[in-house]
Amino acid sequence: MFQTRARAALADKGDQDMTSILEGKNLVTKFHTVDGVVNAVNDVSFSLEDGETLAIVGESGSGKSVSMMSIMGLLPSPPAKVESGQALFNSKDGIVDLIKLPYETMSDIRGGQIGFVFQDPGTSLNPILTIGKQISETLTRHLGISGREAKDKAVSLLAEVGIPDPTLRYDAFPFQLSGGMRQRAMIAIAVACTPRIVIAAEPTTALDVTIQAQIVSLFKQLRAKMGVSTIWITHDLGLVAGLADRVLVMYAGQILETAPVDELYENPKHPYTVGLLGALPRLDTQESKRLVSIDGTPPDSTIPIHHCPFAWRCTHAFERCWNEKPALASVGEKHTVACFYAVEKG
Amino acid sequence: MANKSITHGADSRLEIEVTFKDRLAYLGRLLWRDRTGILGILIFITVVIAALFAELLTPYQPLDQDLHASKMPPMWEEGGSPEHPLGTDNLGRDMMARIIYGARVSLGVSFFGAIIAAAIGVFLGAVAAYVGGRWDEIIMAPVNLVLSLPYLLFVVFIASVLGSSLLNVILIFGVTNSPIFARVTRGEVLKIRESAYVESAISAGASWWRVLLFLVMPNLVGPLVTLISFQISAMIFYEAGLGFIGLSVPPTVPSWGNMLAEGRRYIANYPWLTTMPGLAIMYTSLGMNLLGDWLRDVSDPRTRRSGR
Repeated sequence: MFQTRARAALADKGDQDMTSILEGKNLVTKFHTVDGVVNAVNDVSFSLEDGETLAIVGESGSGKSVSMMSIMGLLPSPPAKVESGQALFNSKDGIVDLIKLPYETMSDIRGGQIGFVFQDPGTSLNPILTIGKQISETLTRHLGISGREAKDKAVSLLAEVGIPDPTLRYDAFPFQLSGGMRQRAMIAIAVACTPRIVIAAEPTTALDVTIQAQIVSLFKQLRAKMGVSTIWITHDLGLVAGLADRVLVMYAGQILETAPVDELYENPKHPYTVGLLGALPRLDTQESKRLVSIDGTPPDSTIPIHHCPFAWRCTHAFERCWNEKPALASVGEKHTVACFYAVEKG
Repeated sequence: MANKSITHGADSRLEIEVTFKDRLAYLGRLLWRDRTGILGILIFITVVIAALFAELLTPYQPLDQDLHASKMPPMWEEGGSPEHPLGTDNLGRDMMARIIYGARVSLGVSFFGAIIAAAIGVFLGAVAAYVGGRWDEIIMAPVNLVLSLPYLLFVVFIASVLGSSLLNVILIFGVTNSPIFARVTRGEVLKIRESAYVESAISAGASWWRVLLFLVMPNLVGPLVTLISFQISAMIFYEAGLGFIGLSVPPTVPSWGNMLAEGRRYIANYPWLTTMPGLAIMYTSLGMNLLGDWLRDVSDPRTRRSGR
């Protein structure tokens, strides 16, 4: 029964070819709350290439996590609702639209073909189950292997994510591990079934800086070894520089700029991106300058915006910015920006 | 060691094999470390043995009257005799026999009462939390209503309407205590369901029944074990209380509450008629509380392995 429904979702996408592994198209997600309708994701389109690491940056509430959770069907509904859009995923059984998949097929994909790593490893593991058990559970669930095989595989996964004494740690409960170790265990669960994509939602935010660096290098290792595509959601631009291939800047539920990582840092186009980079402390410049902050606050997301969402805070805003919503326009190779100023006057 | 642990595959399999015997030994070590837990279990076992093997433990029947030997003090007091170690009551019935047989009523009522209460309450609470919405309101409204009534008054009212029998008392305790279980279960399930580890389990492909079975249920065990053990010891008290005002089991059935009620008239001259059942009640509920504490600690890995 699942299969026929999956096939229905499969047929839905038409016969288009897909070079990328994941493609979000015109995603709109809203939260219907007591205080009104929150426009969390407003017409977001993006693509993830095979083997690529894509970083989605933006401040809290910019919709970076919600857009990924929408794709994965992880938002509680109600209040959340994916109003429109597609998320085409180049799965093992062909291209499927994740938004339309029935729950059962979706949970086969979650953990099996798309792994997820969450922000806080302290609360993201079941407190009363050993970490080994939690890993082998995922393995038996998706790969259908026996408990004994799963146990062996789990031990080798623990070794792979750099947990010392994996045979001993297999029987450890989450509270017996440090934050960094727990996050490694979370990563082991996410990559257990060799997924095509790993989505990491601020996986280093709850960790201190040295552990952050270790987790980042672990991700790089795993990417090199498994060739997995990664979406890294973060607000830490410094971290992105050393990790991502391409960056996507989000603001007020919209994408303002996408560019390859070096291009973005050398040649930021959108005034918001420029502002973000200006607010970043740097060690590689001689003179010491005050960090620049962007004046103002993000707009109230319960009010629909029909012009540039950054216009209120933008020093370059001119008449057109207040009348129309800018669409992403190409300004270089793989570099797009949604800004009239950058395209017309920059 | 370090070298060994990096190897995985066939070798490590032997290393991490845990047999049933190991688990039993582990449980034994846990128990040995928690001395009050041992005390709780010992008390619990003695009461259970008394309830199960009452016939073998005393030569007397609890209702055998011997008016020639009435109001005999316990054997360690003047006028006592080893034939009636705890003395006799106003009708010459052996106190020891009555207390041993009384364990049946106390334990039966509190255990089956608690099991029924937990079964009803956990089911209702879990449905309310899991289904939510309208069902949440439909289930929780009467639950909150019952919880807002003064408990003993409510129980006394129902007991006096239904009349006294062992089955009635068990059912009354089962039904009237179920709202507490429903409340606790609903709260815990809501908390667990919203937790990050459930979210991450779903993101790893767990289905709703897997979440219920492997995440919600196991995390419920700790709080429920605590609640059940405290409810059992509370029900021992309430049964005695009901017996004291004559609304528990019929007077022909020996129960600690009934004994208290009968002994009350003679409390000034023959204090052992009330002291003995009183001590039995205290002993049993102390044991249940200690046992509950230990079970709670053992059911939660965080308290299980810490040094306390």
